[in-house]
Amino acid sequence: MSLTDTGAAERVADNPPPDAGRPRRGLTERLLAVRELSLLIALAALVLVTTLRNDRFLSGQSIKDLLLGCAILVILAVGQTLVIVTRNVDLSVGSILGLVAFATGELFLAAPGTPWPVALLVGVALGALCGVVNGGLIAVARVPALVITLGTLYAFRGVDYYWAAGRQINAADMPRSFLRLGNQTVLGVPVLFLVALVVVAVAGYYLRSYRSGRELYAIGSEPAAARLSGIPVGRRVFAVFVANGALAGLAGVLYAARFGTLDAAAGSGLELQVVAAAVVGGVAIFGGSGSAYGAALGAVLLTTIGSSLAVLRIDPFWQQAVVGALILAAIGLDRLLALRVAARLRGRSAHGA
Amino acid sequence: MSPGAPGADSAPLLVLDGVTKSFGAVAALRGVHLALHPGEAHALVGENGAGKSTLVKILAGAHAPDTGRMTLDGRPLQLRGPADARDAGIAVIYQEPTLFPDLSVAENIFMGRQPLRGLRRIDTRAMNRDAERLFDRLGVRIDPARPARGLSIADQQLVEIAKAISFDARVLIMDEPTAALSGVEVDRLFGVARSLCERGAAVLFISHRFDEVFDLCQRITVLRDGAWVSSDPTTDLTVDEVVRRMVGRDVASLYPKQDAALRDTLLEVRGLSRAGVFSDVSFSVRGGEIVALAGLVGAGRSEVARAVFGVDRYDAGQVRVAGRILPPGSPRKAIAAGVALVPEDRRQQGLVMELSVERNATLARRRALSRLGLLLGGTERAEARQWTRRLQVKTSRLAAPVATLSGGNQQKVVLAKWLATAPRILIIDEPTRGIDVGTKAEVHRLLSELAGEGLAILMISSELPEVLGMADRVLVMHEGRLVRELPRAEADETSVMFAATGQGATA
Repeated sequence: MSLTDTGAAERVADNPPPDAGRPRRGLTERLLAVRELSLLIALAALVLVTTLRNDRFLSGQSIKDLLLGCAILVILAVGQTLVIVTRNVDLSVGSILGLVAFATGELFLAAPGTPWPVALLVGVALGALCGVVNGGLIAVARVPALVITLGTLYAFRGVDYYWAAGRQINAADMPRSFLRLGNQTVLGVPVLFLVALVVVAVAGYYLRSYRSGRELYAIGSEPAAARLSGIPVGRRVFAVFVANGALAGLAGVLYAARFGTLDAAAGSGLELQVVAAAVVGGVAIFGGSGSAYGAALGAVLLTTIGSSLAVLRIDPFWQQAVVGALILAAIGLDRLLALRVAARLRGRSAHGA
Repeated sequence: MSPGAPGADSAPLLVLDGVTKSFGAVAALRGVHLALHPGEAHALVGENGAGKSTLVKILAGAHAPDTGRMTLDGRPLQLRGPADARDAGIAVIYQEPTLFPDLSVAENIFMGRQPLRGLRRIDTRAMNRDAERLFDRLGVRIDPARPARGLSIADQQLVEIAKAISFDARVLIMDEPTAALSGVEVDRLFGVARSLCERGAAVLFISHRFDEVFDLCQRITVLRDGAWVSSDPTTDLTVDEVVRRMVGRDVASLYPKQDAALRDTLLEVRGLSRAGVFSDVSFSVRGGEIVALAGLVGAGRSEVARAVFGVDRYDAGQVRVAGRILPPGSPRKAIAAGVALVPEDRRQQGLVMELSVERNATLARRRALSRLGLLLGGTERAEARQWTRRLQVKTSRLAAPVATLSGGNQQKVVLAKWLATAPRILIIDEPTRGIDVGTKAEVHRLLSELAGEGLAILMISSELPEVLGMADRVLVMHEGRLVRELPRAEADETSVMFAATGQGATA
């Protein structure tokens, strides 16, 4: 199992020299690549099967609908990834989205001339504020995020209901320039999807290439060791909840722009879809591994399943079952890969024995 | 021996003066003094629970002292966290590796200090190259790009060492770094420590291995029960003298195991294996006998105990209790057959901290004490009182939560819990870890008494004096294998350590 008794001198002699000159990709990175590839294959298979049954599934309009449909879930899944990687979870994102969406509508009712970028900033700021509430409670109360955000899930939604008081805001109440944001396309690609792509790229690159990004993985991988290495654990976790709140706020504004009709129930139950997307995308629920790219692919896959089952005219009941099976399959795949890797790593050590 | 070290003549680099630290009611450190000089390796010795690790945590910035002063270069030093200690040039190699299993080896070494390229991005290639260089300096070959998960204990320790030397530390603290290392690796580590000393750094070395202490260090500080005992140059000391100061009394009378008449074999383990954890472990324990399972941390001792008790599964082998096969994987059946396991980690595995003393003491007997599925307070209390009295648990009242007791008394409650099941076989993992000396002696007397009553006791212990004093036979494990069996007469510090570090196994 280990090399203790063979000693260092033999170890050098026994192991083949690593190819130090060429850049190598670490096992962890290769594993992520395998994980993301498997999602792409599943996605391609799904699209293929659906198109064989109904060739309109690959038509321009249908693809546009798909991209439009998954954009909001992608943004939320990326935000959730930041949180889950640190061995936390944020269940309040659906409520934050609902609250911000309604607030955006109210803003346009109160000040019809507001330019849409201002509304966007206000929404993001309100989402970030909700994140501050989450992060602050977690830091002060020292209670698991699961419990705190379960509380704020109901609290934020409660504020939303109180504010809405049964009213509904309609598309007519919002300026046309803002609503265009929701379904305009650039070269055939919906603006909403482009926004989501930017979010994925920025978050993915940040998590991989920046010190504070790597520290998030360290915190989730081994919290006690993170503290001993001088990582400001409390501050990082707080920041992650604020960032996730801000992304949920962004998603809320985009939701308002896309659907136009807003009541207090917007985004109810979305949080579980978000967590499901991240888990299907290979983000380990116990923290420490996973990528924003994977989570985004998970969100795309879940959305595609939804519309492809509709195209195939399959009972909505089956849609739930398929999503459930997919989550279990994803977890099974992760476990299998982990076992394979563990076996390989053991095999490597055994060379010296 | 100390090649031209500036040593005591120079002004001290790091000074601790009258440092005190308590956890709840337990005083871990009481007015400790320590002065580390540049260019000098300084040893800190003491029994387990003497406060060494607490002192390390304070120097590392992980704990704040309650009272006392620290100075670095004559200036007051205040550490608000591990980052402060790192910035002050204090590097720590912890006793138990503190790695991130999901991250690569190189990232583990450079976390928070990764080399950067444009736009403050991490330069992964430079980071891997730097890690490779550090490993070259240590003379080992570990792939910097592989994840830390799955590294052997020795390799994990080497990564910790690489981490500590990766920034040019002015103070290097090593908390038992050699426990899992082989002779060659220890030599390399000492070479690195000496070269740091030559460049004017101060080294604090904590170890139970006296040959290493006397080999590396110019000065030895002894701690006992959280208090400072002495600091003297190594040349003025002998091993016997240091041991006498550590224990503060005669070594021979420390652990009184009375001879007991050996009865029939009660526990028999044959060819027990679990892939990657332990393999082909066979031994037996007779009534009236205390058998110690010795070995280094990570040798697989606790894992064997857990497998025997049925908490973990095993791939091959057989466990027999009083001649009858014990079905694997069922702690319930093990308890019914008369096996009791007192785990190593009391807080996590042995006690429910929020529940009362009496609830905890009778936890393993819920079924026997209940009528029609209801637990009756009266029988529970009576049972608890009987055992807590026999074990002399010091508690204000039986209804007090276990969390309010001291470590030693918590351990007694765990013991009470299992003795209440009237076991024939007692497996006890680290019976006296982290408890005070007085209670330690009580636990030892109790174990001896129980053996006298005919119990078969399997004791896992990392404290050599405890092993040598208590055990009728010593089984030594190394890297998942049982490598040596020593009767009481042949077991001594050297023979056990020799086998535990694997030197005896290959010879």
